[in-house]
This record gives sequence, structure tokens and C-alpha cells, in this order.
Amino acid sequence: MGARTALVTLRKDGIGVMSCNPAIGGLGKGHLVREIDAMDGVMGRIADRAGIQFRLLNRRKGPAVQGPRAQSDRKIYRTAMLAELEGTPNLTILEDEVTDFVMNGGQVSGVALNGADTLTAGATVLTTGTFLRGVIHIGDVSRPGGRMGDRPSVRLAERIDDFGLPLGRLKTGTPPRLDGRTINWDVLEEQPGDDTPVLFSFLSSKVMAPQVSCGITHTNEETHEIIRANLNRSAMYGGHIDGVGPRYCPSIEDKVVRFAEKTSHQIFLEPEGADDPTVYPNGISTSLPQDVQEDYVHSIRGLEQTEIVQPGYAIEYDYVDPRVLDLRLQLKSVPGLFLAGQINGTTGYEEAAAQGLVAGLNAAASSLGSDAVQFSRSDSYIGVMIDDLTTRGVTEPYRMFTSRAEFRLSLRADNADQRLTPKGLEVGCIGDERSRRFSDKMERLEAGRALMESTSYSPKEALSVGIKLSQDGNRRSAYQLLSLQDVSFDQLEALDPRLCSVDQGIQDQLAKDALYASYILRQEKDVEAIRRDEAHAIPEDFGYGDLDGLSSELRSKLSAARPANLAQAAKVEGMTPAALTLLLARLRRDERKKSA
Amino acid sequence: MDTIFAQATAPGKAGVAIVRLSGPRAWQAVSELSGPLPAPRRVALRTIAGPEGVLDEGLVLIFEEGASFTGEKVAELQLHGSTAVVEAVLKVLSDMEELRSAEPGEFTRRALENGCLDLAQVEGLADLIDAETEAQRKQAQRVLAGELGEKAEAWRRDLIRAAALIEATIDFADEEVPTDVTPEVLSLLHDVRNGLSREAAGVGIAERVRQGFEVAIVGAPNVGKSSLLNALAGREAAITSEVAGTTRDVIEVRMDLAGLPVTVLDTAGLRDTDDVVETIGVERARERAAVADLRVFLVFLGEAPAFPPGPKDIVRVSKADVVGEAAGRVSAETGYGLTDLVAEISGKLSDMLGRSSVATRERHRIALERAMDFLDAANQVLTERGDMEVAAEEIRSAIRALESLVGRVDVEMLLDDIFASFCIGK
Repeated sequence: MGARTALVTLRKDGIGVMSCNPAIGGLGKGHLVREIDAMDGVMGRIADRAGIQFRLLNRRKGPAVQGPRAQSDRKIYRTAMLAELEGTPNLTILEDEVTDFVMNGGQVSGVALNGADTLTAGATVLTTGTFLRGVIHIGDVSRPGGRMGDRPSVRLAERIDDFGLPLGRLKTGTPPRLDGRTINWDVLEEQPGDDTPVLFSFLSSKVMAPQVSCGITHTNEETHEIIRANLNRSAMYGGHIDGVGPRYCPSIEDKVVRFAEKTSHQIFLEPEGADDPTVYPNGISTSLPQDVQEDYVHSIRGLEQTEIVQPGYAIEYDYVDPRVLDLRLQLKSVPGLFLAGQINGTTGYEEAAAQGLVAGLNAAASSLGSDAVQFSRSDSYIGVMIDDLTTRGVTEPYRMFTSRAEFRLSLRADNADQRLTPKGLEVGCIGDERSRRFSDKMERLEAGRALMESTSYSPKEALSVGIKLSQDGNRRSAYQLLSLQDVSFDQLEALDPRLCSVDQGIQDQLAKDALYASYILRQEKDVEAIRRDEAHAIPEDFGYGDLDGLSSELRSKLSAARPANLAQAAKVEGMTPAALTLLLARLRRDERKKSA
Repeated sequence: MDTIFAQATAPGKAGVAIVRLSGPRAWQAVSELSGPLPAPRRVALRTIAGPEGVLDEGLVLIFEEGASFTGEKVAELQLHGSTAVVEAVLKVLSDMEELRSAEPGEFTRRALENGCLDLAQVEGLADLIDAETEAQRKQAQRVLAGELGEKAEAWRRDLIRAAALIEATIDFADEEVPTDVTPEVLSLLHDVRNGLSREAAGVGIAERVRQGFEVAIVGAPNVGKSSLLNALAGREAAITSEVAGTTRDVIEVRMDLAGLPVTVLDTAGLRDTDDVVETIGVERARERAAVADLRVFLVFLGEAPAFPPGPKDIVRVSKADVVGEAAGRVSAETGYGLTDLVAEISGKLSDMLGRSSVATRERHRIALERAMDFLDAANQVLTERGDMEVAAEEIRSAIRALESLVGRVDVEMLLDDIFASFCIGK
């Protein structure tokens, strides 16, 4: 897009550090990575470079709910990410601490650095992660800290207080890290990667790092007994933590207490690198004291002699209620300041990266004076997340699930490029190579589809290649036949030998597109309605107070929610179609007054 | 774009009822009902017939795209103002492809989208919308409070559970969740499907039709509410006594008032009290009275009603046999003023007749049938193909179809169920 950008960070070698589980992707999350990649973001390519074990989750289910996931080599990811950023034109990396914002009236026009320098900027994106008033807890010991070994950003937190933003507190936990050389792998179940790895980036063609397997072990009654006996020493159960943790990522204390009837819980032993002995035991995050961590780890099969490299800890941090953000992730009350990542109440690298993309694109667009870059629930998981955050806020760290996307059948990982790369091209954030490869793929795809639609077949003709249809006399195109259960491309090639010219990748893509065609058609009306409502933007200063005909309850709810457009207004509790019409009527009238 | 239809006239005993259609298939639908169309803006007399025979004789009128109220193709049927006729015509329309009954305000919304309303008209919308919103809110409360509410609650619970089971296997594939949830899901869907089918077959609806209107009698303790109810019903339905606060709960008596099916509610006397049980009764009385179609406020001479009556509500001074007979007074003891009161109640109810009932019954029936179709599809997908994501889509569609009955179900509720049932977090 051509915006001159400075990246200010405390330590340059902190860029690309994976502070939690060194894995990228998964269900919903893998979709986000694909979408980031489709917009030419870097995460997918770096994750492919660093991937040491690739698995496509839900491989046996339909393509709409398959999510690519990869175990990353922590070191490769970090060095590749830093190299990528250092090689990015127009980007300058500064090692410094941002201590304050430069204000111009009510607007942020840059940042002040610890070294007393200031940087002026048309737009600023703040990504504090867990550093905002971060507190680390290990058992009954707690101390300020953003993540293990880093300082928290207290001064910046105080500055943010002055903006009067609604803050909340969340927590998240990590497990103890283990020395893999002291794990008895021989007695453990092995979990290899997929035989045919599915990568993240539409530009990647093969795995690059050496591949490894993960191990699987389980907690047992003895483990649970140790945990139960020491619950009062856990930071969480000892009453040291106020923050709300994620329900989908409970600590082992939580699991033992809440699911007391379960005698065993699964643990994935995930190597942190091909040549790194550190192992991340996924499933036993904890805030118990170190000695208890050692005891319970040693009670687990295969881990009897295992050494803990770094104890597990819980971390509490501040987040900003994301309902104060607009759809560009700019603070409604502080123009020029964008927020992205965990500061907005989310968790996960992928969720953070997707927000970074949205905030970054819009910060650039705002500085360059171009139009806002918006995502919709109907075009992407990114749009689903931004809409969820800005309209509903969060009650626990927000994580993406495929069930959050009502148009899940059309928002697939396999078609992220078809959905978003055209938007990227329009905005100007797509590099030459991707642009070329995308248009080439689209040409082949369109040619393949056109070929499949060019001829139609009677049920009798279809039967000649083994496709059984009701003898309704309707003729169907090869594309329509492909949408039927159990119809393969090979059968269609027998019907029309010209289809042999369609390459394998395009065949797969056409099959995935065809599979859900009838459902996507059914959803089109809903998509249309959402897009129509999204097109009616509601100004930030819209006066709900003098809108006759709205109940006072609805009026106050709308005034509090300040929906960005009619689609968001529709989701305000208690909203009726009639009240929406009234809003629309007022919007129309205001528009006309303005243009008159 | 769907073609939408609705009764455009205020229902009731009026001589003529107008059904309006708007959208691409408006003309075609009307021509299917009434044969050749007249020229636009010309009225023609036609026989209106559905697949099962003649429904009515009425006037047909059509407007071209760009020259109508909504800016779309519009057609109007002017029918005889009988509830049965209107209901039958709406039913035939709802069975047509790509036609559906309009949401409140939807005609206006389309007119707005197409730039067919001027500013003065927009200003005038407020009242209309206020009324529609209020009617909707009341309807929703009645569904929740009534017998249908309990059924709807069970459907809702089962559908959330079924959807949550499926989503658990999709979104937490790597976790320790059961892999084969299909039998439980199928059984849940089966139960809901049966319930919907019984409801749609008319059992529940017939009950509600019989139940008819609700009229609440409200007033201070011992003002004579129960006596008035008994006088209206002609039998000892509610306990009446001289001790204030006898009626602690809401007592319902169904009766026929001037040919209208009416449930009269005898509510607990409205007063502040320390008695816990009675306090609950008073609270219930207020709630029930608020959602009734009409309230009769019974007051002692010289006293004001316990809370402000609505514009259509009726106020009467009680015990005319003691305080003296005059206009606006009633006596349960002597029967003075009863005929007058019944006439006023039935007059007001007749005005409302049809407004919520026909439209609501029709809307419910359509919602139930659409939901059944989606559940059948979900069942088929699960048993024949096993595509979880497709089954989830069908269930989601079924829940959306039932939204007006079971309330909104969103992903957070599914996640609540998942996290409560399974230990997620590897």
C-alpha cells in the first residue's frame, strides 16, 4: 500500500517469539491463517517454513470444517519472521519502549519513546499482548511481567487509563516446559503428521523443515490426587487471580475440579523444534507451585524422570472492551489509535494476526487518505471476529471456532483466496507473485467450471458411467452432477473426455465448490440481506434520543451499543424489524438533508 | 428477493379486508388465485380460488414496478372481511414458491430501500411502528407465558443440545469428546420433530383459538374482582370472601362473551403486602394483566386505578349496589351495569379481532412447517451421508425458522453446553 511504517518493540529478538504453544492453525484458526495469507499477510508462509508436523484437522469431515494445523519450530519461526520483517520495504524496526502517545487535540498523532524521542504518524496501532499490567502467578508467588522474562508496560497502561476506556481483566495459563531428552518416548503413543501435508500458504508448495512426531500420554488418578491435595496452593484456587480464563483451555486444576468423574486426561507432547529438546505438554497448563508441578509431572506415564525446563504459570492482564472499537479496530473515542491482538480480549496467534491485518490495513488507509478496508461476516472469519468483538464484546479470551461463522459452508480454508485476494488487489496489499499466481489459478478455475457447465446430460447418460439419478428427465451439467454425493471426477471424465485437461488442483477445488453449492445458494438471500444492511452505515453521533417510536429501552440499548451499521443494529437485543425500518428511515432523511 | 404479503387493513368486523403483495412474483401469485389480471391501476371483480376450491369473490388491483407504494410489483386483493376467508387466502399464498408473509414494517422498509417514501411519510411512520413493536412484544410474552411457552422451551433445549453435540465433534475434533454423537442427535431431533408436527397439526393452535382473548380484572383487594368474575361467568369460579387478599394467584375462567371466546383472569388484589405468598401473587397479577388483551380496572368510588390504564382499557367503579347506581358503575351483587360492561368488552375485542390472531397463527404454522422440513433434511443427512457440517446447517436453519417461538439461539449457548458437558482443552 506504500505506507511508511515504524515497528517499535522492546526487543527486536522478541519479534516472532511464540510465547505459548508453538503451533499455528487448527479449526477456525487455520481458516484465519488462510485468510491472512490470501491478503498477502506473512503468517502462513512463515508457519509453512517452520512447520515440523502438519495435520489437517477433521480430514475425514467435509472441506468446510477442515482446518490446517502445524507444529512449529520455535527458532525457525522467530528467525524467519524477523528476516521477513527486516526485508519488508517501507518498514523500520526500532528497539525502544513506547511510553506515551503524542496527542493533537483528542487525536493520537504519534508516540513518545523512552529515549524521549517522538515519532509522528498519521495512525498508530497498539498491540500490547499480555503486557498491559501483566502479572505472572506461579503458585502463591506473583510478580509483574508480560511473559516469562519480559517487563510489563505499566507506564503505557497509565496513559491508557487517561482515555477512560472500559477495561477488564483476563488470564491465561501455560504448562511447564519439559526437557524432551528426559522423556521415555518408547512407552508413549506416537502421533505422526499427515502423509500428505496440507500447508497454509497458497504460495507454498512443500514442507521445508525436518518433520517430527508428537507423543501422547495421559494423566492418572495419582496425578489428580496430587493436584487435589495442593489446590489451595494454586494461584487460581488460592484466590490470587481475578481474571477470567478461557473455558476451552482450562488449567489442569480446573479439569480435575470441574470434571471430577474423569480419571484421566489426554496430554499431547509437542516438540518445540526439530533440534530443540524443549517439549510443550499440551493439556496441563497450571498455576501450581513449582514443586507440585514436578510431582504431578513425574506421576505421568513416560514422564517419570522428566526435568522441567521452565515452570508453568498463569498470567493476568488488562484488555480493552472491544465494543469501543469501530470495524477498522480504531478507537471510536480516540481517532488515530488502533488496537489489535490480546488487548482486545482475544487469545491466539491467529486471532491476533488477523486483527493486526485489519488494523494495519486501516491504519495505512487512514494515513494515505484512502477508503476503510472492511470485512463482513459473509466474506470471512476475519469479518466474523471483528463483528463479534465490536458488537458483543468478550466474557472470556475470544477464540475462533468454525461454529461462530453462520456462513461456514462458504467460508472455507480452501477458497480463502477466491474470497479475499480480489479485495487485497483492490486495496493494493498483494505482491506481484501472488497477484500473478492468483489470476492464473482463477483463469484455470473459470475455464474448468465453464467446461463443466458447457454440456448437460440426461439421467440415462449419467447412468452409463454409473451415476444413479431419479429418471426425472432433467438434464444436468457435469458441475451439477459433481455436487451429488459419491460422484467422482473420474466418472465425469468418462462422460466428457475433455475434462481430463483439467488439472488435479482445479478438479479438487471444483469438487469442493460444487459440494455445498445448493446450501450456498440457499444462504444467498441471508448474505444479500446482511450486505444490504451493512451498506447502511450509522454515523457515530447518530441521535437515538429524538427518534420517535422507539421504546425507551431500545433507545438506551442502541445509544450504548452505537452500532456501526444497520446489520449490527439488527443484533441489538430486543430489536424488531419495524424499529430497524424506523432507523433506516431516519438515516435516509439525514442523508437527503445533507445532500440538499 | 422474496415476494411478501400481509393483510393491509386493520382486521375486525369491517366489510372489506385487503391483502397486499409486493415483489417480483406478486402479479403471478394473484393471477394464480384469480385468473387474468386487469390492466394496472384498474379494478376487476374476480373469483378468488385456491387449489382446494373457491375462497371468495373479490376485487383485484395491480401496480407496476416503479409506480407502486413499495416501488416493486404490487398486487392487492380486496376480500370480504371475514377472518376465515382472509386466513384461507393467506394460507394459499404462503404455500406458493418464494412467497412469505411480511415482517412488521417490511413493506415500509422496501419502500424506503427503493426511495418511494417522501419525508412527510417517513415522519408519520413512528406511530405505526410503535404499535407494531408493542404488538410483537406482547405476542412474544404471551407465547413464553402460555402453554406453548413450555413446549417451545423444551424444543429449544433439545435443539441447542443437538446442535452443541454436532459442533463439539466439529470444533473440538482433537479433544476428548465422543466421536459418535449421531444416535443422541437423531433422538433429540425426532422428539422435536414430533412436537412440532403435533403443534402444526392444529392441536395447540386449536387450543389457543378456543382460548381466544384474555381480559384481566385488576384492582385493589376486596374491590370485588372475584365477584365480578363470578357474575360474568354465572358460577362460583373464584373464591370470594370478605377477607382482603383471598385470590393469591391468577384464576382463569373461559367464557363466551357476546359470541367471542374470552378467558377472564381474576388477579390478586394489587397492594403492598408483607405476606410472601401474596407478594408473589401480586407480582404475577401485574405481569399477567400487562400481557392481557384488555384490562378492566375495578376501583372503589373516588379512588384511582392501581396503575395507569391503557387507552383501550376499561375502568368501572364497583359495588354500585352500595354506592349508588350511575354511569360507569357496576354491581356484581345486583347485576347493574353488567350488560353495558359486556358490550364494551366485546366491542373492544371485536376491534382487535384478527389483528394478532390470524397473522400470528399463520406465522406460527409457517414457522413450524419450515422447521420440520429442515429437521427432516438434517435427519436424512445424518442417516444417509453423515456430513456433520451439513447437518449442522440444517439444524441451524430449523432453529432460525423457530426463532419467533423459541427465541434466538446463538453460538454462545452452544458453546455453554459444550463446555459444560465435555472437558475441552487438550
